[in-house]
Amino acid sequence: MRLLRIVPDNTKFDFMRFRRISFPTSALMSMLAISLYFFHGLNFGIDFKGGTLVEVQNKAGPADLASIRSTLSTLGLGEVQLQQFGAPDDVLIRIAEQPGGEQAQQEAVNKVRGALGDGVDYRRVEVVGPRVSGELLSYGTIGLILAILCILVYLWFRFEWQFALGAMIANVHDIVLTIGFMSITQIDFDLTSIAALLTILGYSLNDTVVIYDRIREMLRRYKKMPMPELLNASVNQTLSRSVITHVTVSLALLALLLFGGQAIHSFTATMMFGVVLVGTYTSVFIASPILIYLGVGRGSDALTRVERSKS
Amino acid sequence: MLYFTRWKAAAVLLTALVICLFAVPNFLPEKMVASWPKWAQRHIVLGLDLQGGSHILLEVDTRAVRREMLEALRDDVRRVLREARIGYTGLVLRGNGVEVRIREGANADQAQSKLAALSQPLGGFLGTTGQRSIDVTSEPGGLIRLTLTDPAIVERVRQSVDQSIQIIERRVNELGTVEPLIQREGTDRILVQVPGLQDPTRLKQLLGKTAKLDFRMVDTNGSVEEALRGTVPPDDDLLYSSAQPKTPYLIEKRVLVSGADLTDAQPGFDQRTSEPIVSFRFNTSGARKFAQATQENVGKPFAIVLDNEVISAPVIREPILGGSGQISGSFTVQSANDLAILLRAGALPAPLTIIEERTVGPGLGQDSIAKGKISSYVGAAMVVVFMLVTYGLFGLFANIAVAINVAMIFGVLSMLSATLTLPGIAGIVLTVGIAVDSNVLIYERIREEVRGGRTPINAIDSGFSRALATILDSNITTFIAAAVLFYIGTGPVRGFAVTLGIGIITTVFTAFTLTRLIVAYWVRWRRPQRVPI
Repeated sequence: MRLLRIVPDNTKFDFMRFRRISFPTSALMSMLAISLYFFHGLNFGIDFKGGTLVEVQNKAGPADLASIRSTLSTLGLGEVQLQQFGAPDDVLIRIAEQPGGEQAQQEAVNKVRGALGDGVDYRRVEVVGPRVSGELLSYGTIGLILAILCILVYLWFRFEWQFALGAMIANVHDIVLTIGFMSITQIDFDLTSIAALLTILGYSLNDTVVIYDRIREMLRRYKKMPMPELLNASVNQTLSRSVITHVTVSLALLALLLFGGQAIHSFTATMMFGVVLVGTYTSVFIASPILIYLGVGRGSDALTRVERSKS
Repeated sequence: MLYFTRWKAAAVLLTALVICLFAVPNFLPEKMVASWPKWAQRHIVLGLDLQGGSHILLEVDTRAVRREMLEALRDDVRRVLREARIGYTGLVLRGNGVEVRIREGANADQAQSKLAALSQPLGGFLGTTGQRSIDVTSEPGGLIRLTLTDPAIVERVRQSVDQSIQIIERRVNELGTVEPLIQREGTDRILVQVPGLQDPTRLKQLLGKTAKLDFRMVDTNGSVEEALRGTVPPDDDLLYSSAQPKTPYLIEKRVLVSGADLTDAQPGFDQRTSEPIVSFRFNTSGARKFAQATQENVGKPFAIVLDNEVISAPVIREPILGGSGQISGSFTVQSANDLAILLRAGALPAPLTIIEERTVGPGLGQDSIAKGKISSYVGAAMVVVFMLVTYGLFGLFANIAVAINVAMIFGVLSMLSATLTLPGIAGIVLTVGIAVDSNVLIYERIREEVRGGRTPINAIDSGFSRALATILDSNITTFIAAAVLFYIGTGPVRGFAVTLGIGIITTVFTAFTLTRLIVAYWVRWRRPQRVPI
């Protein structure tokens, strides 16, 4: 049986030349994403905004959104959003945070339960009070920053500062673009989104590190090769691996996206975008060429140290 | 890289086997596992999002705790000054403290030294922190100010949480649910997780009540009308009945007997009217106090007050000497039952507020399990086929390694009695996608080495040794992300961090040992002339 070769042997793509396109493109996209975040905003879920989320399943067939809407509108709960969720008999009800502190949120749930009565099955009820929502958002942000810093320190320790910095720029770029994606799609931004962002961070780095490893090896082996050529060779040599790995990860994500259900839909969709689209592009077109500018050289301390210890 | 001593190979296989075996209890009926030793019984716990149930986060009302401390402090000041026979005016609560003005300047120093004795050293063994519970300062004109220190308040809140946890445990256990989890969160919070609960309304009712029960006299001399207009007698409280319509009562502040003196409370029915009631029994000192009070007040009404609401206000017909009695007051069977539970469990030291609630019904949980299963099977199947198509025999090796990898994830999860959530399942599916990456790295490296002109065995050997460093580096970064996620995440998200983190560890383990072992044995067996990838 002939085995599948997605990427032919000995490719010689000039990835580094693309930096004249990829850098401005990425800068532009990042700015677009940032302005989207500020002017279009994220669709914060109740984890971060506070409020109530109730998922009900109508016992007697497809749910009538209009009648539910009119029932709930008499309760004086302010903004109530209804959304069909997965199946036609499933409805997601979102109620904005009620003024009047923690107790008021509980009263809102009781009102909804009272109004909808026994005709529905309560599949999920989530109430997040104002205090918790504020904390969750700050924990999430702190976590994200903390993760980036930890990884930076690790890379600095394992490689050199230029690599660590390059990886971090690539990383922040991934996170920014993914947040832009979340803003455009208005996908629910909740705790699982923070999980998705952190995972994207991990995998995008995973990819970057594999290429950096190769670059480091090449730097030791070919002392006279010009930097762009060396970077090109490194990316080309690891290209087959990058592609195959991304195929397997996307296959796993695709299964989750198609069959994992609504509950983790925003999670998997975000990961699909971040890991598969952005992560791959970043390692090849941003993380590697940026080393040209950061001045990775053979004279750098760490490398000479390694060389000396070997000889 | 390809040479394994016999004992090393045995150690690798044995480790993998033992870890996999830990997963076994998850797939056997509970009855079979029950007779095993405790350590072998450990199994994966399904998260609330998969098995259904309620997650409720409660917060101790710090303001109420502080107010109570201040009132106690005011009473202490009054008592101390009275005992020392020092005249004072204007004993008031102000801000975080109590202010009192000593009438005669000559007594001020004596008053201050007496009051300073109220301040206790705080924290640390032997009180070495130097912090005290109250700051006592004086100003000219005989004004003495006693201020509660912040550490004192924090300490009291901490104690309140500890006491509340015990009381909540008693209350929740009465619901008869399986394995409720009740634990402290931070300084002033309590997390209650009750699996398998369909409707949390009753749980919330049980958690939300302070259940402070007092027996107090109704003030029949005072006028309720005047109290309603705003002039409540200084020794009375204006309280309302719990039953509709809300009837106002003037109740004396003095407590005859408190709920702390109850030893038992049971729901029942009144023998004459067949209405639901709660019967109770006092302990010895409660019985004595109650007997004395009822003897002195025959013919007068007294009130049973629960959380500042009057449940009932019966007239004392005869002295109650037996130390037991019953509370009637428009109960339903359920509410009588709940009150009995609350009285048995005791009163909370401070009110608790629900600040977060997440409840998943059993239907959604089942659906999520089904969806998790389908997506795992489909994802795994696609990856397996892809690896076979890309690497042939070596793809098969990779698939075997991944299968063992997943079994080991389940094994480690069981050993830790970890919680599996829907995002956790997603973490496992992702691990499948990532675990093959280690094989991809190795195989691609081998391909390269072959192209570089090495002999097959040589290429395989150096492919392994070169790829392993990369595998370690690349997985550590993802592991850092998982670790951070574990620390900041709660519930389902934490479940994802757990499976992701464990998946990374098992992935590195299989790449370094199992995959190598399989390939090494294959090489020894076939002595390949060319590498089939």
